[in-house]
Amino acid sequence: MQPKTKVSAQDGKQELTITREFDLPVELLFRAHSEPDIVEEWMGSKVLKLEGRKHGSWQLQKRDDNGNVVFGANGVFHEFVPNKKIIRTFEMENTPFDVQLEFFEFEKLTDETSKLTMHIIFRSIALRDQVLKMPFAAGINMAHNRLEEVVSKLKNSIA
Amino acid sequence: MNLRRDVFQAIADPTRRAILLLVASQSMTAGAIASNFDTARPTVSKHLQILTECELLKQEQNGREIYYHLNPKKMKEIAEFIEPFRQIWEKRFDKLESVMKKYKKK
Repeated sequence: MQPKTKVSAQDGKQELTITREFDLPVELLFRAHSEPDIVEEWMGSKVLKLEGRKHGSWQLQKRDDNGNVVFGANGVFHEFVPNKKIIRTFEMENTPFDVQLEFFEFEKLTDETSKLTMHIIFRSIALRDQVLKMPFAAGINMAHNRLEEVVSKLKNSIA
Repeated sequence: MNLRRDVFQAIADPTRRAILLLVASQSMTAGAIASNFDTARPTVSKHLQILTECELLKQEQNGREIYYHLNPKKMKEIAEFIEPFRQIWEKRFDKLESVMKKYKKK
């Protein structure tokens, strides 16, 4: 089976495209991006602000169980056209990453299915590659951590 | 020559992706590969040349015939680079879909 979500990132370009087809009418797909309660539900972050209109701004935040902010992002909407498109900036807080420009296109396929195309443009090729590799690097770190866990358990059982 | 760029350009083309799928199951000659496509034989040859240049395909001489087979090491290299990023979005969108299905019934 083909994966539903596709990522296209040509080397030497400072952009990438994410596409996904949903078993949802386009109206519901758009609501998942425009209603704060719903965004919180699937993103797992708190929506501090979501002014769904031209020149409106948005802010997301995620805290760990101790209340420390583990993820923060914000930006401004340049276009906000229901069931059609969103153009916004995206900036991750407290990171060295520069702001990125994002184009969301919402497309009706049938009454019950829809497609989302996210076109993301970065300040540089290096930055795009860094963002792409982050989960890859995180995966390696996780594997290392797990290994450390296993090793420390072994040590304990020996001691 | 930037090899990695070539790899990404190589897999950006739908015909070339179809060729990779074909030879994934067994080694094939250029003729056998071409017979699976409506496109002209020289076009298929060009695709094979590009795939071979960026090491996604390997050639193997068997008697008078040249067989093409997949280079799994190279395939893995590209898949692994982008796959964790893709999986994050896949999971996120799966969540979106299941959350929104609740609203569908209302």
